[in-house]
Amino acid sequence: MEMHFDQHISRQFNEDLEGIKTEMLEMGGMVARQVADAVDALSNADSQLAEKVLRIEDEIDRSEMALDEHATLIIAKRQPAASDLRMVMSVTRIARDLERIGDEACKVAKMAIALTDEGTSPRGYTEIRHIANAVRRMLNDALDAYTRFDVASALRTLAEDEQVDMDYRTAVRELVTYMMEDPRSISRVINVLWTLRSLERIGDHAKNICEQVVYLVEGADIRHGHEKNLRKP
Amino acid sequence: MSTMTLDASARTEAAQAELLGVESVAHSAEVRKTVGRPFIEIAKLRMRDVNVCYGEIQAIHSVSLDIGCNEVVAMIGPSGCGKSTFLRCLNRMNDTIEGCRVEGELSLDGEPIYGPKVDVVPLRARVGMVFQKPNPFPKSIYENVAYGPKIHGIASRRAELDEIVENSLHRAGLWNEVKDRLNKPGTGLSGGQQQRLCIARAIAVSPEVILMDEPCSALDPIATARIEELIDELRANYTIAIVTHSMQQAARVSQRTAYFHLGHLVEVNDTETVFTNPEHELTEAYITGRFG
Repeated sequence: MEMHFDQHISRQFNEDLEGIKTEMLEMGGMVARQVADAVDALSNADSQLAEKVLRIEDEIDRSEMALDEHATLIIAKRQPAASDLRMVMSVTRIARDLERIGDEACKVAKMAIALTDEGTSPRGYTEIRHIANAVRRMLNDALDAYTRFDVASALRTLAEDEQVDMDYRTAVRELVTYMMEDPRSISRVINVLWTLRSLERIGDHAKNICEQVVYLVEGADIRHGHEKNLRKP
Repeated sequence: MSTMTLDASARTEAAQAELLGVESVAHSAEVRKTVGRPFIEIAKLRMRDVNVCYGEIQAIHSVSLDIGCNEVVAMIGPSGCGKSTFLRCLNRMNDTIEGCRVEGELSLDGEPIYGPKVDVVPLRARVGMVFQKPNPFPKSIYENVAYGPKIHGIASRRAELDEIVENSLHRAGLWNEVKDRLNKPGTGLSGGQQQRLCIARAIAVSPEVILMDEPCSALDPIATARIEELIDELRANYTIAIVTHSMQQAARVSQRTAYFHLGHLVEVNDTETVFTNPEHELTEAYITGRFG
């Protein structure tokens, strides 16, 4: 079924729905920028950029709250059904994921500051860059799939999370070996591990966004491994 | 005559599509075959290829639907879509309209509703009806409820009647409000109470099916909530078909929802499905308030 949110008899309803979608995508843009900056701050030992990432946090929290309020008002005033209802539900769920991605970006930024203070450690940075690139791409593709109501693209992006998880586990194993070889590096490598963990979580949240694209368009809830709920891929 | 031919060809097409296993209409704006779940295993009311014409105008086009025991089926659709016409076929209320012609198979417990030997009086006792505007008789509350059992010969002795009246008013959730003024006129009650009185009157003759034609459209939200609560309780003992303009009401009270559009039955599905993920785009357009 095609998705049209601009054909309600009530023009105000069109605007309300378009409004929360735009708000969510703007929030998504902000969060994607935050993740990119956090990773750059880490790679380039740029603590100023890391500080900027931390400052944006408040703004993202406020966006989430505003979005929730607007969605609640739409439910109260319009009693949306079918695709309209799924739009409202998916937008609020995605907003929560975006807010958490923002939290993870802040954790990465804090690590960037800590690691910069300690002096750069090349160990683990290759893995960080690799995983960071993958999850940044996933996040952008997920938001893009939502904008275009593109289920096929959402499913492709969703599948990439498996590779991210695998890369994460490999990196953890390597870094654990390294810590055993050189116990003096433990505290620094643990910071790298936390960063990797945050990035891996961002991948999970991007996956959640993709699941909401499927929910919005197909009405199928495929969360927690329930892909079988999707009848036609 | 021409409509008949058209319908026959549409039926042939539907049969061909079924043979080929083609879900030809699921995502097209055209209506040829009802999508979803119009049929159930054990049907109380069974309708097949029902056509209704008012003179030259065909109001219902080949509608097939089952309604089961202890089930509330809601019929929704824009004004003039044929939902009330269809509902009124189920107890032959259309017989009173001049020029109205009903074709197709309609049966109650396997017995034809439109058979030549069918007497509509006992039929309407089995299939009761509640209308949009509460229409109590200009008699006492007691007489309103006792009238049906009396004329259908269900009760003759006063004690029996008293019991039926009390029981029906209890079931309609009205007893406590009227028990002290049973001899006062029914028309003196509030709108919501009058509608519950009409429901009590309908169930006094122990029907098997209750048809409701927009039973709450003249009521305030509190009276509406009472009637909806009552519908849910009545479901335990009756089969209920309700026509409503309130989509929220359909979502709240029914187990299956049927969407009518220009005399066609577009979609019948579990109510949850209809309101979260309808199959047909016409259903989607209607329930979300889009241009259809």
